[in-house]
Amino acid sequence: MTEGLIVSSYIPLLAILCPATASILILLSSKRPNVRESWTIIAGILQFSLIASMIPTVLDKKVVQCLLFPQTMFGGIAFGFKVDAFGLIFALTASFLWILVSFYSIGYMRSLKEHAQTRYYFCFAIAIFGAIGVALSANLLSMFVFFEILTVSTYPLVIHEQSEEAIRAGHKYFAYLLTAGVFLLFAIMMTYYLTGTTDFTGGGIKALRTGFETGDLASLTLIILFFCFLLGFMKAAWMPFHSWLPTAMIAPTPVSALLHAVAVVKAGVFGIVRIVCYIYGVDLMTSLGLGIVLACIAGFTMIVANLFAIAQDNLKRRLAYSTINQLSYIILGAALLTSNGIRGAMIHIPFHGFMKITLFLCAGAIMVVTGKKNISEMGGVGKTMPVTMLAFSIGALGMCGIPPACGFISKWFLCLGTLQAHEIVFLFVLLIASLLDVVYFFPIIHTAFFKQPEGEAKEKEVKEAPLFMLIPLSITAIFSVLFLLDFILGLNVISMYFYRLVEVALENVI
Amino acid sequence: MILAEHYPVLIIVISMLSAFTILIAGWVNKKTCLPISLATIFVQLLLAFSILHHVVITREPIHYWLGGWAPPWGIEYVVDAFNAYVLVIVLFICLLTVIYAKRSIEKELPRKIVSFYVVFQLLVTGLCGITVTGDVFNLYVFLEIASLAAYALIAAAGGRSLKASYNYVIMGSIGACFYLLGAGFLYSVTGSLNMADLSYLLPPLYENKVVQAAFVFFVVGISIKMALFPLHVWQPDAYTYAPSAVSVIIAAAMSKVSIYAFIRIFFSVFTTDFIHIYVPITTVLSWIAAIAIILGSVIAIMQTNLKRMLAYSSVSQIGYIVLGVALFSTHWGLYGALIHILNHAIAKGCLFMVAGAIIYRTGLRSIKDFEGLGQKMPYTCAAFTLAALSMIGVPPTVGFITKLCLLLASIEAVEYVYVAVILASTLLNLVYFWRVVDRMYFVRKEGEGENEHEIKKEEAPGSMVIPALILGSLCVIVGLLWLAGAETPLLPIVDQAVNALLGTGVIAP
Repeated sequence: MTEGLIVSSYIPLLAILCPATASILILLSSKRPNVRESWTIIAGILQFSLIASMIPTVLDKKVVQCLLFPQTMFGGIAFGFKVDAFGLIFALTASFLWILVSFYSIGYMRSLKEHAQTRYYFCFAIAIFGAIGVALSANLLSMFVFFEILTVSTYPLVIHEQSEEAIRAGHKYFAYLLTAGVFLLFAIMMTYYLTGTTDFTGGGIKALRTGFETGDLASLTLIILFFCFLLGFMKAAWMPFHSWLPTAMIAPTPVSALLHAVAVVKAGVFGIVRIVCYIYGVDLMTSLGLGIVLACIAGFTMIVANLFAIAQDNLKRRLAYSTINQLSYIILGAALLTSNGIRGAMIHIPFHGFMKITLFLCAGAIMVVTGKKNISEMGGVGKTMPVTMLAFSIGALGMCGIPPACGFISKWFLCLGTLQAHEIVFLFVLLIASLLDVVYFFPIIHTAFFKQPEGEAKEKEVKEAPLFMLIPLSITAIFSVLFLLDFILGLNVISMYFYRLVEVALENVI
Repeated sequence: MILAEHYPVLIIVISMLSAFTILIAGWVNKKTCLPISLATIFVQLLLAFSILHHVVITREPIHYWLGGWAPPWGIEYVVDAFNAYVLVIVLFICLLTVIYAKRSIEKELPRKIVSFYVVFQLLVTGLCGITVTGDVFNLYVFLEIASLAAYALIAAAGGRSLKASYNYVIMGSIGACFYLLGAGFLYSVTGSLNMADLSYLLPPLYENKVVQAAFVFFVVGISIKMALFPLHVWQPDAYTYAPSAVSVIIAAAMSKVSIYAFIRIFFSVFTTDFIHIYVPITTVLSWIAAIAIILGSVIAIMQTNLKRMLAYSSVSQIGYIVLGVALFSTHWGLYGALIHILNHAIAKGCLFMVAGAIIYRTGLRSIKDFEGLGQKMPYTCAAFTLAALSMIGVPPTVGFITKLCLLLASIEAVEYVYVAVILASTLLNLVYFWRVVDRMYFVRKEGEGENEHEIKKEEAPGSMVIPALILGSLCVIVGLLWLAGAETPLLPIVDQAVNALLGTGVIAP
């Protein structure tokens, strides 16, 4: 991956095994809910500390490697993990948020007295197993294995309700994502056939670039291959292949929060950034003119997704469209092929994760306490649930790119990236998308704080969600603000690691 | 290790003797049938393992001359890495099936227990015989032993299975006749029936129309036996109406042995040169395989009976193997075929076992009645899910590995149609297997609310569930073993087998 030093270590394997082991223990202790949930939390904390323990090594510009099968049946492809800065960013985000969402799940699932909770926690652990696997994989083939595990394991979560509508949503989910898997598999095998390797290499696989320069590989082949990859990452929900995401919002809220705002969709954009920066490489992307194509797709998605979002009344669906929009920010950042653009894209992965999860967790809390799913019914919620709505507002501000939330930083870098790439058009696209963000987020805040609840007896007393739910969402909200303070005031607290990791990753890519 | 040279014949002899012993012992006491059969197959499996070990270590095939007669005149048993590999697979499936059969037969064929074990043991004899022999005519004899045993076993269920069995008899006999004609033609021009001998004698005669006709007879004859589309018409009925244990062994073991014969004739009697230059059959075969893959899946989607659906799925999976064989000129083609022999045996064996276990416990055959089965029979359904995932080709199961090999082979052959076929087949498999998983776990019965009453566990007996679970977990374990490549013993065996098959294609100067 890097030309830097490689450190062999079993830590990535252990980190992966945490949720895998937890999933088995969860099944075994299905009769005792307290034991079952504590497995999830223990595994989450253990996994996060293992992953965090790799930060110093990676910041030293080393790569942590753990190859399970150095010689797979396909010569030239190893199966295993290689942790570089970019992978670590994603892994850190997902594993940290897993802990919080586990607490939240306990509150949520127990308040609603949901059925099949064992299945829920089991699949959740497997899904995290897949997501972290995607983050730490050494090459495309290993990544694909975890990618598919992620897809399959989230199916039972999406259709958790088991109503006919939920099952239809599940089928749609599979139809999109497994079809995408088929394209991805083809693209991976094609890459292997053309180059003999699928390793993620900073600056792109050499054989692809030299093949293009010497004319061995027709540019048409490379362009088709790129589109196969792009189709393979439908998880990134770029338009017009986005409609599985709003439909999947029928899942319980913690699932929508972690999987459909962080793990699954981020795995998609993570993959796209991997392809752009680590398979094709910035130079080859520029020579093929693919950057601009990708940027157009992303720009289109950003605007149209926001227009869709304005029309939604169901809060979770509106958030889903907002996710689609924000994911395309990341794609756009990568597509700009400039250092600032990629910086913005990479930093937006954790930042968007923290902010969007806050929003989803708030939506879930509102649903649990008041039973309301639609925005139009939410008049006065700000008075009964002040903490929740405050957290929601912070998240919403972040989505719009307004301080004091950290969305501002990523948007700042993205804007700089457009200027650096001399693509003024995309600067305007970004700004218009931000404006549209404001258009659909501010009414929610307005309704919640300033509108009176309709018709009902006016309850003035504060009635917040259970602490199991309230604390996680407060933590994510606080973090969203902290990241910005960190950046502006130059405090050297935890979140600085993200910046430094991004810098390390960038050095490697450009 | 000198003993190992006698193992091939021992496998056949003890199996055949055991069949008669079971008959006599069973006459005295019915309960002795199972232990004898189990012990025999277990010993056979051990022998097969040591043969495999020997062949892999020495890298030399084992030659055994029956009665001490030298090859062109006497019958010779030749076991190289490929035979040994298939032999171990077949016997392993047989072992699990015989354990599985105990309870299933007691319920389905209560009056025919003794005869079941006798005929079953004969079937095992036939299957092993086909696998170890190095003689074209001897192969025919064992093919008939196995087929006759299979006809009887299928018919044992009575009722509709009689018609299924009758169809199979007709089709199977035509197939056997074609095979015999092929062998006869070759004998008429070369005067030899030994495979190795034939492969030396044939090259100068390749232009001879008789030889070419013989080849076509072989291909068509064995295609009927292995139910290659469009010659599969006997297969769905036979798989559907046969007793559960019989479905397992026919689908998982017997079809693999027919494929073994196909590949053996293809590469060890005839050669790659012959196929390339004189009978350019590979394009036709690969197209047939592609159609089989798609059509088998499409018809499977239309089925409501689980066993029938699995039968059509087999038609499609046989297509995978034949596609691999047809793409033998690429590096990955034959690998895909040989790897899928193991993969399909594991996965399909598991699926048929589950289908049988469901019938045993609940009597349900139709997929639409499977609601809530996931809670009722959790282990059975877990095995089914694992095997279904591997049929779909979700990593890291065995199906994924096959898919990778065949994809690479098609890409290498620059045949993007086959790439599309393989990928489309993934999605079709998803449609019909996931439908079942959905029913088992997620779909609620009509009119049932969210808080349904606790469904009581009613698991099938352990002797049926455990073999299914073993195969189900093997779907993942073997998948990882393939992926691990050269570090585990599996891939080197296939490596050696592929090299031996293609190596014999090189004509001696």
